Amino acid sequence: MATTHAEHHDHHEMSFWEKYIFPLDHKVIGMQYLFTGILMGILGAFFSYVFRMQLAFPGIEVPLFGLVTSAQYNSLITNHGTIMIFWFAMPILVAAFGNFLIPLMIGADDMVFPKINRLSYQIFFLSVVVLIASFFVHNGGFGGAWTAYPPLSAKAEYNLTPWGSILWLVAVVLEFVAFLLGGINFITTLMNSRAKGMKMMDIPIVCWMIVLASILFMASAGPLIAGAAMLLFDQTIGTGFFDPARGGDPILWQHLFWFFGHPEVYVVFLPAMGIVAEVITTFSRKKLFAYKVVLFTTFATGILSFFVWAHHQFIAGIDPRLANIFTVTTLLISIPIAEMLFVYIATLWGGAIELTSAMLFALGFLATFLIGGVTGVFLGASGADIYFHDTYFVLAHFHYTFVPIAVIAVFAGLYYWFPKMFGRFMNETLGKIHFWGTMVGFNGIFMPLFFTGAAGDHRRIFDYSNFPELAVSSLHHLRIVATISVIITILFQFVFFWNFIYSMFRGRKCTENNPWKANTLEWVAACPPPHGNFPVMPEVYRGPYEYSVPGRELDYWPQNEKV
Amino acid sequence: MGTTTPIATTRSVTGMPTGRLAVWWVIGSEIVIFGGLLMCYLMLRLKFPHWALNSSHTNTFAGGLNTFVLLTSSLSIVLAHYYAERKEEMKAFGLIWATIFGGLCFLVIKGIEWTTEIQNGFTITSSLFWSFYYTAAGLHALHVIAGMCLMGWISIDVLQKKNMHRVELIGIYWHFVDLVWIFLFPLLYIAK
Repeated sequence: MATTHAEHHDHHEMSFWEKYIFPLDHKVIGMQYLFTGILMGILGAFFSYVFRMQLAFPGIEVPLFGLVTSAQYNSLITNHGTIMIFWFAMPILVAAFGNFLIPLMIGADDMVFPKINRLSYQIFFLSVVVLIASFFVHNGGFGGAWTAYPPLSAKAEYNLTPWGSILWLVAVVLEFVAFLLGGINFITTLMNSRAKGMKMMDIPIVCWMIVLASILFMASAGPLIAGAAMLLFDQTIGTGFFDPARGGDPILWQHLFWFFGHPEVYVVFLPAMGIVAEVITTFSRKKLFAYKVVLFTTFATGILSFFVWAHHQFIAGIDPRLANIFTVTTLLISIPIAEMLFVYIATLWGGAIELTSAMLFALGFLATFLIGGVTGVFLGASGADIYFHDTYFVLAHFHYTFVPIAVIAVFAGLYYWFPKMFGRFMNETLGKIHFWGTMVGFNGIFMPLFFTGAAGDHRRIFDYSNFPELAVSSLHHLRIVATISVIITILFQFVFFWNFIYSMFRGRKCTENNPWKANTLEWVAACPPPHGNFPVMPEVYRGPYEYSVPGRELDYWPQNEKV
Repeated sequence: MGTTTPIATTRSVTGMPTGRLAVWWVIGSEIVIFGGLLMCYLMLRLKFPHWALNSSHTNTFAGGLNTFVLLTSSLSIVLAHYYAERKEEMKAFGLIWATIFGGLCFLVIKGIEWTTEIQNGFTITSSLFWSFYYTAAGLHALHVIAGMCLMGWISIDVLQKKNMHRVELIGIYWHFVDLVWIFLFPLLYIAK
């Protein structure tokens, strides 16, 4: 980072403190979110390594951790899920990329509310501190699953983590507040601060996607914030909102949680789709096939995502007639998603494809997310879901959606924008090794789990030796394959971290502003952009994906070039 | 930093000032918070008609008086905005503090009302109705307090003729706080 902001004395000299600890610059705040998110991702991955070791080799002393107790196991899986969604996927996909990209891509010098932006990160950081503190209190961190269903989450005599469960909830609410503040900033910035000439249909898809994700988050998080207040009162002062013995309703929490929880899938999915759109258009030198279709499909997905939540509750005792309705809406939502994937594949068709590391990860996203989407159809149909519910099939399904979103698409974005972020290139050979290691490892983890799940392997079991019909060697071999694949996948991430850190300081220098010959405005700014981003504020004359325009000498046409 | 204002903050592609746009989005995010809470309350209330036994103990007079106080305070913030636009900062300052005083009256009445309820044995844990009663009104009261703090802060700027447009922004927010109460009052007090 030392080189990124050097030699800019046009503003008054900023201390390290002002520049990196309490910054107002959107790029630095984006980097704060990125690095915090990566560190939390490492923690979440470490948790998954520990509990996968316990599952494959029950009762062993896990290297770097030790013996896993059943209470620790519960806490590890709960916090793995929570961290990966709220402290890894969201901060990186929405906050880090949103902060870094939106002002640059719309030709602005900063967010419209830099101070609120800074406050957003500070509250987010506080939420990290509270969450990590929850692991060290009496009886350890919360172990009631990331969905926190009451009565397990509401009563300390059930969850046995009197402080862990409260701190967990407080951390989640703080994180929500941070993202509401950040989201308002993203939305208003995109609406009001676009460069002169940039019409609605000239906005790069990734900016649209991050802003639409922020709107989805804002619209879905509210009821859960109210629900969190209710759950907090149930935990602390003994109200009975979710206690059936006192007239409350535990299913109510499930409704509030999943009314948020399902749109949340799209909150992280949309930015990932946006990143992939930028990468595949640049590296296939083709115009995005049907920009407006992608956009309107996204609107449809967003609206429909509010009407599918109860497919998480098919066996929770909801009315079967309601289950029919939610089956229909759930299967409907696969149509716009499939449409978007087809549009992306059509974009690749006939393009001059260049398989850089970023492009490989973008293609890997399309391939693996497809598997996640197709397996979702089985779970969306209420009949099949009665069997599959709470098995490893479900787990494998949502990891085939979330890992492409939060890991593979993020890598695509990082390899692509790394020169813009740090002014240097990442090593392509190491990038390709990292890609293949990650892809093989990731499929090795979750492909076997589809089979164990289909065979009836239940989730959230600490030790299968207590379940004779599941403790058979045919299933257990698959569990061991999955665990070894976790270790392989994690080992390959060291290639990435080495590449990332080494390239940040010693990588090949990016000597031009637009190394990938892309069209969007962030490539007009210097690598890395100084405070204030552009020497002259750019104006926009065309859409973001004018590649290989017939009759034009160059195969790209930057948005800011007049002719 | 802080030495230069970003150009981004001065642009207005939609034609609506950025501050006003942001306040509307804040309100949008708040609507779903209160909306979620009230939806839970309504669903359970319709399911359990016997909640009416509990709600018959709420003090409709205190609630009605508070409705009057809050609506009146909305008038004063509108007038404050009117004078802020005409750059009459002393009048705007006085009217902002009149609004803050209105908020204070609201909280005092609420405090007396709650004290009486608690003395009569109706606490937040008494029954689910009372849990909702205190949670929803408490969440609303927090918004009243937040609005009063913001108004105090804005009033100092107004005296120096700085950031006068913020009077309008806090006015929009205060109307929203008002509107939430317009929903809470019939649902918690009038529906016996």
